Amino acid sequence: MDPFESIKQTFFQECDELLTDAEQGLLDMESGTADSETINAVFRAVHSVKGGAGAFGLEDLIRFAHVFETIMDELRSEKMELTNVVAKTLLRAFDVLADHVAAARDGGQVDEARSSGMLDELKALIGAEGMEDEAADPDEDFGFVPVVLDLDEPGGFVSLDLPEPEAGLPVLEIPAEPEVANGVWIIKFAPGADMYAKANEAGLVLRELARLGPTEVTLHDETLPALDLLSAEQAYFSWTIRLTTEGDEASIREVFEFVEDDCKIEISREGGAPVSLETEPAEEISDDDAKARASAEAPLDLDALLARIGAVPTVEAVAEPVPESTPAPAPAPVVLEAIAEPEPVAVVAAPPPVIEEPAQDVAALIARAQTADVPVAPAPAREKAAPAAASNTPQPAAAATIRVDLDRVDRLINAVGELVIQQAMLSQRVTESGLARSSNVALGLEDLELLTREIQDSVMAIRAQPVKSVFQRMPRLVREVADMVGKRVRLVMDGEGTEVDKTVIERLTDPITHMLRNAIDHGLETPDERTAAGKPTEGVVKLRALHRGGRIVIEVQDDGRGINRPRVRGIAIAKGLITEEAILTDEEVDNLIFLPGFSTADSISDISGRGVGMDVVRRSIQGLGGRITISSEPGKGSKFTMSLPLTLAVLDGMVVTAAEQTLVAPLSAIVESLTPRMEDVHYVGGKDAVIRIRDSFVPLIDVGVALGFRDTPIHAASGVAVLVESEAGGKAALLVEAIQGQRQVVIKSLEANYQQIDGVAAATILGDGRVALILDVDALVTAQHRRKPAARSEKRLAG
Amino acid sequence: MTKTILTIDDSRTMREMLNHALVEAGYRVIQAVDGIEGLEVLQAQGADVVITDINMPRLDGFGVIEGVRADPNHRATPILVLTTESDAAKKERARSAGATGWIVKPFNPVKLVDAVRRVAA
Amino acid sequence: MNITTATTPQTGSRRELIAFRIADQEFCVDIMQVREIRGWTPATPLPRTPSYVKGVINLRGAVLPIVDLGARLGLTTEEPSARHVIMVVTVGGRTLGLLVEAVSDIINLSDDMVQPTPDVACDQVKAFVKGLFAIDGRMISLISLDRVLPEMEAEAA
Repeated sequence: MDPFESIKQTFFQECDELLTDAEQGLLDMESGTADSETINAVFRAVHSVKGGAGAFGLEDLIRFAHVFETIMDELRSEKMELTNVVAKTLLRAFDVLADHVAAARDGGQVDEARSSGMLDELKALIGAEGMEDEAADPDEDFGFVPVVLDLDEPGGFVSLDLPEPEAGLPVLEIPAEPEVANGVWIIKFAPGADMYAKANEAGLVLRELARLGPTEVTLHDETLPALDLLSAEQAYFSWTIRLTTEGDEASIREVFEFVEDDCKIEISREGGAPVSLETEPAEEISDDDAKARASAEAPLDLDALLARIGAVPTVEAVAEPVPESTPAPAPAPVVLEAIAEPEPVAVVAAPPPVIEEPAQDVAALIARAQTADVPVAPAPAREKAAPAAASNTPQPAAAATIRVDLDRVDRLINAVGELVIQQAMLSQRVTESGLARSSNVALGLEDLELLTREIQDSVMAIRAQPVKSVFQRMPRLVREVADMVGKRVRLVMDGEGTEVDKTVIERLTDPITHMLRNAIDHGLETPDERTAAGKPTEGVVKLRALHRGGRIVIEVQDDGRGINRPRVRGIAIAKGLITEEAILTDEEVDNLIFLPGFSTADSISDISGRGVGMDVVRRSIQGLGGRITISSEPGKGSKFTMSLPLTLAVLDGMVVTAAEQTLVAPLSAIVESLTPRMEDVHYVGGKDAVIRIRDSFVPLIDVGVALGFRDTPIHAASGVAVLVESEAGGKAALLVEAIQGQRQVVIKSLEANYQQIDGVAAATILGDGRVALILDVDALVTAQHRRKPAARSEKRLAG
Repeated sequence: MTKTILTIDDSRTMREMLNHALVEAGYRVIQAVDGIEGLEVLQAQGADVVITDINMPRLDGFGVIEGVRADPNHRATPILVLTTESDAAKKERARSAGATGWIVKPFNPVKLVDAVRRVAA
Repeated sequence: MNITTATTPQTGSRRELIAFRIADQEFCVDIMQVREIRGWTPATPLPRTPSYVKGVINLRGAVLPIVDLGARLGLTTEEPSARHVIMVVTVGGRTLGLLVEAVSDIINLSDDMVQPTPDVACDQVKAFVKGLFAIDGRMISLISLDRVLPEMEAEAA
């Protein structure tokens, strides 16, 4: 990727982070929990967004961010009072800002009316607070020139057509007067001590001047005191420079840009009067200072001093005539190597002050001047620059984080997965070979196994991410949904730092979105209803993440009306999901809403009713090896609890044999295993078996038959029943021939090279190197509950 | 010898831009994300030039300048501040705190390298 | 930016093919599609798959479906034996194993030698055979792999 695009990508990534932080800050401001640092942080975030937008010339974004930033600046300097109204407006403006960022990133358009309306509102805020109008601040107004970085060009250095921002230096804004070619200028340059205190160096200034053209430099050392009175902090020298250049006065003055306030500078045409004079005399020398300070502390003046001790007051540093100077109009190919190694040039610095080789150095400098100021020749320059760039890879500073391509991490995880399998295979072979458990090989393998497990854990931890990236999208969703249904909602989030594997993170958004929508749309009452119920008009929705039992749990809790159980029950009966006589606990009634075919049709709005019922939500969660439940208290609210494995890369499984195949059942779905007794097994309608486990009957599913590996079930008493729990229809017992044991397996996708298969969640590779299928317990159980005999695949697939 | 530039900016985008332009120009670049870290990195690794943003969490650019100038080992290190055009006051404040020079944002790479060269011995 | 227009392949451009045998007939596929050739490994059967999908095997950590090409072409019915070999091929971004009796040789062929499939061939063969050519007195069918997997067939339909 070219660097421009890559940096732009960084910018948008960073925008996401900045916007998240800003949004949190704004929410805190709204709730009144913000302190001054919060406001500052929001200011900085918006400021950074604007800054990056400036670099990429994203005009609309700049314009919007600018007004936003202005208000934040007013707030942080306490020129404007932070009221709840202001905070709420800022929150809405934030959404527009986020839209601008998204539009800039995706090339879309922001709703212009909304954006300008919001801008007016923001400006009104400033006006309403009696603050100076934006227009009264011309400097702040968009006099800001976006300079588009054209990093794509070879060498990356291109003179730009755009005016370069040089505010605060009015002198530079004066158009260059037409200059006679190769004018000769006399420059008097007398640094003050302050100049050195700010780490500027006279030598560098002289070097810069030499870039404009041939110079003759005369050193004035009249003020140099006796050695014992020398102070390293003081300025003793001044210089007169005779410069022959095509450049104008502005280009000369630019050399002094950083130092002009700390030195005396006179610039005049040779034979003419001084063009300008600035006064800041060198400070008096203090004896105390001279004695107190070691000169080594400030080597800056030392160079000049050495030049002086060398007793040659005049140093000539004249190069060959310079063909071109700063505003070079024509592109001149140059070798980039010249700038690869910026090095000091010995105009005054080298101990033997009569400089024998200045010409060389100055030539290099001139080459550099050209390099910096004119377009650079394409290919060769780039080739030469490349190694330099490579060897200059920035070192990570104190921050202990690095950013790594996900690809690389995934490769590593795959390789570790292979390692785990290889290690298991090796162990199995060793066991089979009959080596004693106490043999050195077996002991070594045991250590290897521990180590392998540790590596696997560490590698998985690399890919673990806080759920914050998902949570961060939710406040906006909540605002929008609340607006749409006319409810007042406060979202409270907790546990954003909870980490979970990247594979899981990516798939959390949809279920959380649905649960939140559902909570606002169905769970919360309207403000009027709430008032009538004696509740605050504003409803509270809590979104929380936590780790529990090796899984991640996401809770969405509202303080709304709770589930209307009689109605849910009525619907379920009407839809034939339960019988009228069914005796259900409250919890069971609540969870009816997850049944396929259940939808509270008379309350579907365009929010939660986008064709997605809770059954779909539940199924997608189950697809991830997760489960979702609801608990509710009438009048007080409901709580959805979703739990998911921490990773989709490995799974704790029970290895079983069915129809001579080795299969893996996810441990998370297994309640217990038992040997069926014939008196507990009954056949319903002659064919479908059920098994009595304690007081309830559950379907007994022969796995070999369910998967189509054989036609007739095995004798129940000859196998093992594995009681599994699925949210779909409760429990079922899976009948298999034998249980081989438990183990952690690496999940391999079947879809990568083949396709999804009903009843099979994924595949894995076992210790013997063979592929084993991982059962999709919920699909097996659901299929049984629906009583639909699985279609023979030949017909379906081989059309 | 390759010169080392320490860039201190809380914006990753800005750090990457600085990094790109400076590395292209043959400098070695080390980075810090705020003033505190900047001073720590400078202490630990040293630098030939410091480029610092002004608005930063924990310690702002003025703090960086003061910190560097108060450090006997690094007081002579040139410091360039990143300012915006509109912030003449901040630039002045940075100057009086001891900033060597400044770079106006949004900067172009030529100006940036120019400014660095002007202060890098 | 300059985009160079790709030149149309000339008739008679040459390519390399891998020839293999199934039920005493010879077939070939483009060598660029073949990643490796392996000995027979027992595959793990998949539920509810057409009989020509023999299951999946582990190829260095990847799970590959194995298609019995003879069965797919409707030429054989017997179960494959250990004498069979697996040609690992890449088709449409997927990697799969093709079970064939034996790989015979590598053929250098120019496109203009390929003749269209005659109408006499049965439908199942016609669905996969792109063309025929004769070389050294042998008749070899050029196979297209785009539809060997059931789901790909569904997509193509």
